[in-house]
Amino acid sequence: MRFLTTYLFSRDHKIIGIQFLLSSLIWFLLGGLLAAAMRWQLAWPWSDVPVLGSWLFANEGGQIPPEYYTMLVTMHGTVMVFFVVIPILAGAFGNYLIPLMIGADDMAFPTLNMLSYWFMWPAFGCLMLAFAAPGYGPAAGWTSYPPLAVLEAAAPGSGLAQTLWLMGLTFVGISSMMGSINYITTIVQMRAPGMTMFRLPMTIWAMLITAILQAFALPVLTAAVMMQISDRLFGTCFFIPEGLMVADGPATGGGGQVLLWQHLFWFYSHPAVYIMLLPAMGMASDILSSMARKPLFGYKPMVYSMLSIGGLGFIVWGHHMFVSGMQPLVGAAFMLSTILIALPSGIKTFNWLATLWGGRLQLTTGMLFCVGFIAMFVIGGLSGVLMAVAPVTIFIHDTYYIVAHFHYVLFGGTSLIVIGAIYHWYPKMFGRLMSEWLGKLHFFATFVLMNCVFFPMHFLGAQGLPRRYADFTAGDSFSHLQPVNEFITYSAFGLVAVQSLFILNFFGSMVFGRRAGANPWNANTLEWAAPSPPPHGNFTSPITVYRGPYEYSVPGRESDFWPQTEPGEDAHGSHHGA
Amino acid sequence: MLTHRFWAGLFALVPILGIGLYVIAVLGVGSVGGFSFAGLWLPENANPYANAIDHLFDLVHIICGVVLGVTTSILAYVVWRYADHPGRQAEPALYITHHTLLEWIWTAIPAAILVFLGFYQLQVWADNKMNRPMVMVEGQERAVEPSALVVGKQFGWEVYYPGPDGVLGTLDDQRVENELTVPVGRPVVLRVEAKDVLHSFAIPGLRVKQDVVPGMTQLVWFQVDRPGTYEILCMELCGWGHYKMRARMKAVAEGLEAEVQE
Repeated sequence: MRFLTTYLFSRDHKIIGIQFLLSSLIWFLLGGLLAAAMRWQLAWPWSDVPVLGSWLFANEGGQIPPEYYTMLVTMHGTVMVFFVVIPILAGAFGNYLIPLMIGADDMAFPTLNMLSYWFMWPAFGCLMLAFAAPGYGPAAGWTSYPPLAVLEAAAPGSGLAQTLWLMGLTFVGISSMMGSINYITTIVQMRAPGMTMFRLPMTIWAMLITAILQAFALPVLTAAVMMQISDRLFGTCFFIPEGLMVADGPATGGGGQVLLWQHLFWFYSHPAVYIMLLPAMGMASDILSSMARKPLFGYKPMVYSMLSIGGLGFIVWGHHMFVSGMQPLVGAAFMLSTILIALPSGIKTFNWLATLWGGRLQLTTGMLFCVGFIAMFVIGGLSGVLMAVAPVTIFIHDTYYIVAHFHYVLFGGTSLIVIGAIYHWYPKMFGRLMSEWLGKLHFFATFVLMNCVFFPMHFLGAQGLPRRYADFTAGDSFSHLQPVNEFITYSAFGLVAVQSLFILNFFGSMVFGRRAGANPWNANTLEWAAPSPPPHGNFTSPITVYRGPYEYSVPGRESDFWPQTEPGEDAHGSHHGA
Repeated sequence: MLTHRFWAGLFALVPILGIGLYVIAVLGVGSVGGFSFAGLWLPENANPYANAIDHLFDLVHIICGVVLGVTTSILAYVVWRYADHPGRQAEPALYITHHTLLEWIWTAIPAAILVFLGFYQLQVWADNKMNRPMVMVEGQERAVEPSALVVGKQFGWEVYYPGPDGVLGTLDDQRVENELTVPVGRPVVLRVEAKDVLHSFAIPGLRVKQDVVPGMTQLVWFQVDRPGTYEILCMELCGWGHYKMRARMKAVAEGLEAEVQE
């Protein structure tokens, strides 16, 4: 009983954060395996899958059938976006870090917090059941565009499997909504004495803006999901126009608008892109500053650029729809707003570089992941500028250029920071340090292999290679690119395989890791003032905040860091620079 | 333990290989193990409306290449120069919290480039998606009429030409499966529709792409300047057979279309 309330149905934000972390990591592994299966098919189309083939595809002679491939495409995207990146950033790190970093003893609503985790489980269940449903699973893409997603005759996976997919998304949405209400309230209401808004670490600013984005964008997705469920189950026609002929039979429909779903879906899912990026940017800022032993450069520009990313993020969704049949004049407006959103991302990058400049960089594993993140984020951000140019999008839309772009942002960007953040905050979570040696090997292999996987995709995209094709050898245009596809597949297998180093390190360090102490990185922020791991209630003595989070290497002080909790004269007046 | 020089070298590979591979792809030189780098950049374009698209593609790549080169080189330099290591002097890190002039510089310059790009492309967008081609008919400018109707379905394209009455969309239209014929050297307008689910009418060799939406009628236009066969692809996930939803487009000298269609 005691075990249940302490570790399972805990209301402690740290336990809930670790629960989110572990379940997201398991889904991460599954999502990676789905990607590996896709890569197998793309490198060697219709060849027998070794070992698993005879078991999974007995009726097809061991090959991946094309229906299964479209399921893989759909589920890889769904798992990675809704079950890995969003819950690991907001659910795991948001939960774990927010109360600790603002000096609170827990979240504002601990029970709601527990529920936000346990509402993920019906979602897990729905998604697992969807794999087992007829037609191999949902197969209309992670974007689930109707009519393909709504009409069962159009795709074998658009039956029960698609309904389960929609239910799963609803539960994820409920969980996220509970989380975001809790985060906003906690950050606004529960800051320790002295913790003014402009003394918050960048992670907390990012989590706050992210939670606001969630709270305002998510209802639209939920509404859209409900409309699609209603179209499927209750015979409404929100998204289905009249007169469709599917599989040589008339489809029930009338009066619906196919593009309506795309507008509603992207109205959420574009802000979701920043929901999947801002927390990573925030955590990167904190790790970079503390590991460079140097104040974060341009605190306020960093905050304002995140705010403008959050604001602009709501008016750029149309860039997913440049060639969708949306009125081209509207497309021109979306193009201009989209091109502007590159600006705050650029400002953040320049400020990170300036933070590192003149520092005393401690190249820990967490820091290496952050530096790698900047390099990868620059690539992903710049290819984003290319796609904001709407006429170019006419050519590269739905090609591998897009695939390269969002993997540079989501894998090279967010995932590298997620892994780096685990290395960085692991000692706080578990009281022991992870192996630096294994960690650096893991970083090296991951960094090299991810570039081998995703960089060549730019060239495939420049050739016009379409996304979501199960076989590129079928036509005239792309057969010559097959060696590139094989190279990518070998690299992808390697990328999945080297994550075993991380798994080994993660679990091995719980037992064999060096004991960390409260503040192994000599960092300033409040979580390092608590014991490692912090007890229920977090801090052993009341917390008062005396200064900002980035007072590193302050001239005239003996030690190169100055914790936020340490009483003393504020550093104001000793600001260098303009 | 690996030194900071090793990591600086690794990060230096980002600008070196990142830009280097692009240069190799654009030049199309060299090969590895029998694989030629000649086919890694934009396929040849035969559509004069889209020349400006290729120009934009190159221009943005050059701008982005410069930004990538500068920022990631600085990153590698910073790791090489400022990493802490046993041999490094006991100099402390700089204490600089902000610099207003620098912030203005790196806000204003990218903003100027981005605003320029935003407006520079508008005409290209309009030419390809908004301003339907015009022809002179009896001394008057008229919009080119669609010469064929292309209907996407799972998993192929139905092509309809006007029948004896010369009007598209009437009962005597002629239907052909997966084969479109267009004349070379003058503007072509097509009507595109979908029968069942979303598809996308795409011809990479002409930089043409338009999602075809059930319940909507849309127009695409282009001009083919080189006779030959072009592949029409579906570029919006439309079901399990998405990958094989292809058709051929033949571009032939004017006057020969009728013969080819027979």
